[in-house]
Amino acid sequence: MRVVIALCLVAPFVAMLWVGSYAKIDPTFIGIPFFYWYQMLWVLISTALTMIAYKLWQRDQRARADHKGGAAE
Amino acid sequence: MKDGVNGVALGVCIFFFLAVTVMGFLAARWRKAENEHSLDEWGLGGRSFGTWITWFLLGGDLYTAYTFVAVPAAIYAAGAAGFFAVPYTIIVYPLIFTFLPRLWSVSHRHGYVTTSDFVRGRFGSKGLSLAVAVTGILATMPYIALQLVGIQAVLDVMGVGGGENTNWFVKDLPLLIAFGVLAAYTYSSGLRAPALIAFVKDTLIYIVIAVAIIYIPIKLGGFDDIFAKAGQAFNQVNPATGKPRGALAPPEAGQWTYATLALGSALALFMYPHSITATLSSRKREVIRRNTAILPLYSLMLGLLALLGFMAIAAGVKVQNGQLAIPQLFENMFPDWFAGVAFAAIAIGALVPAAIMSIAAANLFTRNIYKDFIKPDATPAEETRVSKIVSLLVKVGALVFVLTMDKTVAINFQLLGGIWILQTFPALVGGLFTRWFHRWALIAGWAVGMIYGTVAAYGVASPTQKHFGGSAKEIPGIGEIGYIGMTAFVLNVVVTVVLTFVLKAVKAPEGTDETVPGDYTADAGDPGVEAELPPATAGTSH
Repeated sequence: MRVVIALCLVAPFVAMLWVGSYAKIDPTFIGIPFFYWYQMLWVLISTALTMIAYKLWQRDQRARADHKGGAAE
Repeated sequence: MKDGVNGVALGVCIFFFLAVTVMGFLAARWRKAENEHSLDEWGLGGRSFGTWITWFLLGGDLYTAYTFVAVPAAIYAAGAAGFFAVPYTIIVYPLIFTFLPRLWSVSHRHGYVTTSDFVRGRFGSKGLSLAVAVTGILATMPYIALQLVGIQAVLDVMGVGGGENTNWFVKDLPLLIAFGVLAAYTYSSGLRAPALIAFVKDTLIYIVIAVAIIYIPIKLGGFDDIFAKAGQAFNQVNPATGKPRGALAPPEAGQWTYATLALGSALALFMYPHSITATLSSRKREVIRRNTAILPLYSLMLGLLALLGFMAIAAGVKVQNGQLAIPQLFENMFPDWFAGVAFAAIAIGALVPAAIMSIAAANLFTRNIYKDFIKPDATPAEETRVSKIVSLLVKVGALVFVLTMDKTVAINFQLLGGIWILQTFPALVGGLFTRWFHRWALIAGWAVGMIYGTVAAYGVASPTQKHFGGSAKEIPGIGEIGYIGMTAFVLNVVVTVVLTFVLKAVKAPEGTDETVPGDYTADAGDPGVEAELPPATAGTSH
């Protein structure tokens, strides 16, 4: 489980720092060059990944925790 | 743009300004605690904020007026290179997901108000803590100044900034008023004021962006046209440099710069004292993790906003000062009353972070300079009083800065501030996960990073400036052009690691660590986590 969480968190770094993979104009989307809409799309993807990481982490905590009933909500 | 005052826009703007002023003062009564004379109350809003307030507060804090003006301005000036703010804000959230909850936990268990508090407790080193505090204050001051620059840009476009021929007092009067009001309610309400005003600010910003991103492209004939025109503009060769103005996608040579700027800025963002202040004001550990999942909404907005830079080009906005491009675009495209709303959004967008930043800087001074070095037995009430006064001084300093110096000075210092604040990363984030680093090694690494960063930034020339012409320079050993802050950071880490080995080998005293491993995962409700939180009176959802 922790591996999956780590992957979810590392993926945006790889995607965004590898600039060569998206530094181009085509294909455009409603006239917006690829470079821009691709990065904006990644805002959504990374949000989804962080959300998944958060949920998994919660489940992981619950599995490990014994007494946290109230605090973990 | 200097042809008279835009009355309608100004009226709308003043209306919103008055509204937030009233809110700012009323905020003191909002969710009031019994003991209001502690720094936890004034400086951290009683550490009581739930998910949504924290979201607005952090959003209002990180995405400042300056950001709104500067990011599209960068795009307007150079195209793709300015878009690095988007990947930067994408990777910052997975990053803080890993370490901020730990900082929250340990801070709540030990009552830490600032990052320097934590560093002192963890490494038992006042020197290191002082280094972190001074860096924080130095990096924050120009940031506050830039918020005032943001307000000035809006005032200029509305025609009340005054031309060059009006005398300085009339010219700066609106800024002085805005500033006075800001200072007064921050003083009386503390962190609660910006938290409440952030609601208004963000609502306005979201409305303005939503309208702008639909309305302006329709008027300009769609994104196809916008980018075609922008592409042409960027292809024109600038006679001064002999290079094209910019590009729609970064060329091979610019990609290292783009990536290192994004990464370096992301690492630096949550080293800024104001980010940490907003974080520590949250009620529960959960609130922070949940926020890392919802904060990216602002990044989406930032991306859309950046596109406005292209629209300004396509709309034929021609300004000498790139900072004015977006306010001018609004003025040209929107009906007067809505331009007023947009300007209000930017102006209020400057007040929120300016308030939080001055509080954060004041907390650093009070806790890590005043209490540690000047008056160790200060009572909480005294701490609060000092903090309030310092928050005023910090703002006055920023104001003097803006009024007496050239705007580029503030921008240069902001650039340096980013490089500097990044050098506190090893002590803070390193400290959150391991006690392996030696405190003296951390100080040495910090010093090396600071010196290299400053010297390197000083040596960057641009067509318009001899020094501090940019934040990118050739990375020694790799040969690519990269963000100076990142190079300095790598040097910093290398020095820290090497010296840690050396110092451990010679058995240099380690200092006492007042934290225990359990501190880093504690949550509200656990034993030892300060239970003086006021009962959440208002039914805030989370």
